[in-house]
Amino acid sequence: MSMWQRFSLIFRSKANKALDKAEDPRETLDYSYQRQLDLLAKVRRGVADVATSRKRVELQVNQLSAQSDKLQGQAEQAIKVGREDLAREALTRKSGLTQQIVDLKAQQAQLQGEEEKLTLAQQRLSAKVEAFRTRKETIKATYTAAEAQSKIGEAMSGIGEEMGDVGMAIQRAEDKTAQMQARAGAIDELIASGALDDASSLNRGDDISRELEAMSSQSDVESELARLKSASHGGAIEGSSAAGALGAGTSGQPMQAGAEETPVQQPEEGRA
Amino acid sequence: MIVRILGEGQYDVADDALARLNSIDNDLGAAVESGDEAAFAAALTALHDGVRAAGTAHAPDSLDESDVILPPSGASIDEVRELLGDDGLIPG
Repeated sequence: MSMWQRFSLIFRSKANKALDKAEDPRETLDYSYQRQLDLLAKVRRGVADVATSRKRVELQVNQLSAQSDKLQGQAEQAIKVGREDLAREALTRKSGLTQQIVDLKAQQAQLQGEEEKLTLAQQRLSAKVEAFRTRKETIKATYTAAEAQSKIGEAMSGIGEEMGDVGMAIQRAEDKTAQMQARAGAIDELIASGALDDASSLNRGDDISRELEAMSSQSDVESELARLKSASHGGAIEGSSAAGALGAGTSGQPMQAGAEETPVQQPEEGRA
Repeated sequence: MIVRILGEGQYDVADDALARLNSIDNDLGAAVESGDEAAFAAALTALHDGVRAAGTAHAPDSLDESDVILPPSGASIDEVRELLGDDGLIPG
């Protein structure tokens, strides 16, 4: 016997075994129809579950991509101020994220595929369930219990095959989703624990951003000083206020210390 | 005849395509028996492609039984064995 014949026979016998028979064959119709509706509801939930998983992975891709972009920005900023070591560190961290993003995107595509398959399965089953309902009403209205037997057999085997197929599709989708949820959960934990945040976390200020910010606050102070100085040379300024500005300039230490704290918070607001 | 690809639906396939599909099916059977996963995947894909190319979608609201049922795309040998194996029909 050929491969596909064997496969067909076994699949069909399993599908038929799953169909229970009632005493009055016409009751079998109602019972089967109820099970079809249950299965249809299950497929709808399946589609929703897969969609939820897909959205979760999408969200993770977005989060990691944003972090990756920020690291890229940090690398560029570091190069501008001549800190190749910092740029290298930022790019190294970014490359770690890149691999994860690639993996997640592959998962996302797989889930998308499952979602589409299940949606189509839902449409096919839905069309057959409706056809079954019509046939069922016709059989019940037209035939006696004894006569109905063969008509019911015909209707049942077709729908049984579809139900077996859809049942298997849901099972496969559930298996795949479960695997991915485990992995997605691990990444969520990483993000929540701050392990990924620490590597790239620009919101809270990791070591790379702290160094860059320290450098930029340093240069902010310098440029502010320069601005004040040039303003004081601009003429019509009272001697006392010019002295005040100069005083602030010379006693640079406390001002710089203060200035260093503010920029740490400023970028946070700017980026949020 | 009506062919169902599991997970995909039913196709009406003209009888003159059968000889070609049967020969691919022999490869599929051989791959399952030898456990050659690559040959199995290639044969299954070829079989599915052959059915899709030679067939047209069967009316979705029919309640017709299929003449032939094929494993879903992406199925592994193990999955197929598991389906068949419960009844002890697969040698080895």
